[in-house]
Amino acid sequence: MEVLIFLLFILVLAIFLGFEIISKVPSLLHTPLMSGSNAISGVTIVGALIAAGLGEGEDTAALIGGIAVAFAAINVVGGYLVTDRMLNMFKKKDK
Amino acid sequence: MEEIRTLLNLVYILSAITFILGFKLMGRPTTARQGNVLSAVGMAAAIIATLLFPEVVRYTYLAAGLAVGAVIGALFAYRTPMTGMPQMVGLLNGFGGAASLLVAWAEFVARPYQPVYQGVIIWLTVLIGTVTLSGSLVAWAKLEERFIPTKPVLYPGQRVVSVMLLAAILGGGIWFAIDTAASSATQVLLTVTVLAFVLGILLVIPIGGADMPVVISLLNSYSGMAACASGFIIQNNLLIVAGALVGASGIILTLIMCKAMNRSVANVVLGGFGADLPGKAQDVFGEIKPVKPDEAYLILEAANSVVIVPGYGLAVSQAQHAVRELMEVMEKNGTEVRFAIHPVAGRMPGHMNVLLAEANIPYDALVEMDAINPTMDTVDVCMIIGANDVVNPAALEDKSSPLWGMPIIEAHRARTVIVMKRSMGKGFAGVENPLFFRNNTRMLFGDAKASLQSLINEFKSAVS
Repeated sequence: MEVLIFLLFILVLAIFLGFEIISKVPSLLHTPLMSGSNAISGVTIVGALIAAGLGEGEDTAALIGGIAVAFAAINVVGGYLVTDRMLNMFKKKDK
Repeated sequence: MEEIRTLLNLVYILSAITFILGFKLMGRPTTARQGNVLSAVGMAAAIIATLLFPEVVRYTYLAAGLAVGAVIGALFAYRTPMTGMPQMVGLLNGFGGAASLLVAWAEFVARPYQPVYQGVIIWLTVLIGTVTLSGSLVAWAKLEERFIPTKPVLYPGQRVVSVMLLAAILGGGIWFAIDTAASSATQVLLTVTVLAFVLGILLVIPIGGADMPVVISLLNSYSGMAACASGFIIQNNLLIVAGALVGASGIILTLIMCKAMNRSVANVVLGGFGADLPGKAQDVFGEIKPVKPDEAYLILEAANSVVIVPGYGLAVSQAQHAVRELMEVMEKNGTEVRFAIHPVAGRMPGHMNVLLAEANIPYDALVEMDAINPTMDTVDVCMIIGANDVVNPAALEDKSSPLWGMPIIEAHRARTVIVMKRSMGKGFAGVENPLFFRNNTRMLFGDAKASLQSLINEFKSAVS
């Protein structure tokens, strides 16, 4: 239970931090912001990798974990690459 | 062993820092790309660190998952056209939810004996993850205009059904969490998953296609919350911090989109907008004044400053590149050309900016609504291409209009307005636009791309 309180503490701070930073992103960049946050929400991959890596006797759990890894990896790889592709198109006037 | 654990957890802290700095660098177009790369490096570090944990001993499923996911992700990233970005982001939201719900399931299957609070967290992660998944699939289908009608789907007793579903899911949660090792626990969690899947569908299906930008933003936030919840299951700070950042980002975008449409989040989420519009025609005075491209050219040729208001119709007719060319010939003629972007232009937040950037239009020519409106009186020509509701002056002048109160780009205050339109159809909201009947408005009918091309030709033949 004690850990839970500690984790909640982190959560609350992170939410405030998130609102603070992200409200500064201009609407010009809102689409890359969204695809970028897609990539970051793929951070679940950490939990998925641990589940998929479980040893003997945990076959079902490891298999479920493996599928979770696939979904999260689509988010991570797809999200970062497409964000990069988009941001690369934003050019300033060359003068 | 303990030292390795501490070291790897330090890597997680570094990853969290890169995510935060990455978002911070996203604040400016000049640094945004570095921010994204930095964040990706942090993610790679977190993945490698996780692989080094002592309990990760089996690599078959893990490697297969990584390989399959990476290939599919890369294909998505390079194959998706910019017009299809809302669908892609929508689908990725859903996959994020799926990953989190599966992590919760894996934890439960591996360790059925869980304290009550862990049971609650597993249930919550499954609920959020599943709703995100099925809701996103519906949103994707609506945006693709496949399988599901774009129009709001309404049926009697909609809210009652949703509330009953939610109650059943809640009951299932209590049943499950009290004794996660009970023989019935698997069936209960499975039932909760199925019910949550249905709930996600029912939550999104009554929402109209025009409101999808709000829905995607909201689901974006949910996918973050799901990641956050799964962070509580495995007690990992990185997941909690990253999930909270994404959750906050989605909420901010949701609020911005709602404000730009003058609707409350509740109004959008409860749905039905556009399904039951008042059929009465509003009284509109004045007459339509159509012009030919050569007349429109004369107006543009004499202008010192031109503001272009693009709408999604521009992207549909693939006219971004023609617009850029017109911009170039007008600039050569000594005219200042700017683009006014309404927050809900396009089909997701910021979509129009990406579509124009793809056509090599420099981002410093893209101006936000709030910045362009104060200068509108000094604009010679405001050209509207494929936009309608976002320039409808009824939003400011007609209290009985469904658009009343919505912030608009005040195109009608420019000296001359040229509206490029295929025909006299109504906008997404099905509302008549009095702008078309104003004295200073000229209508240039026809396909946007063809009209732009004839304007470009007029400019070019005048030079030679």
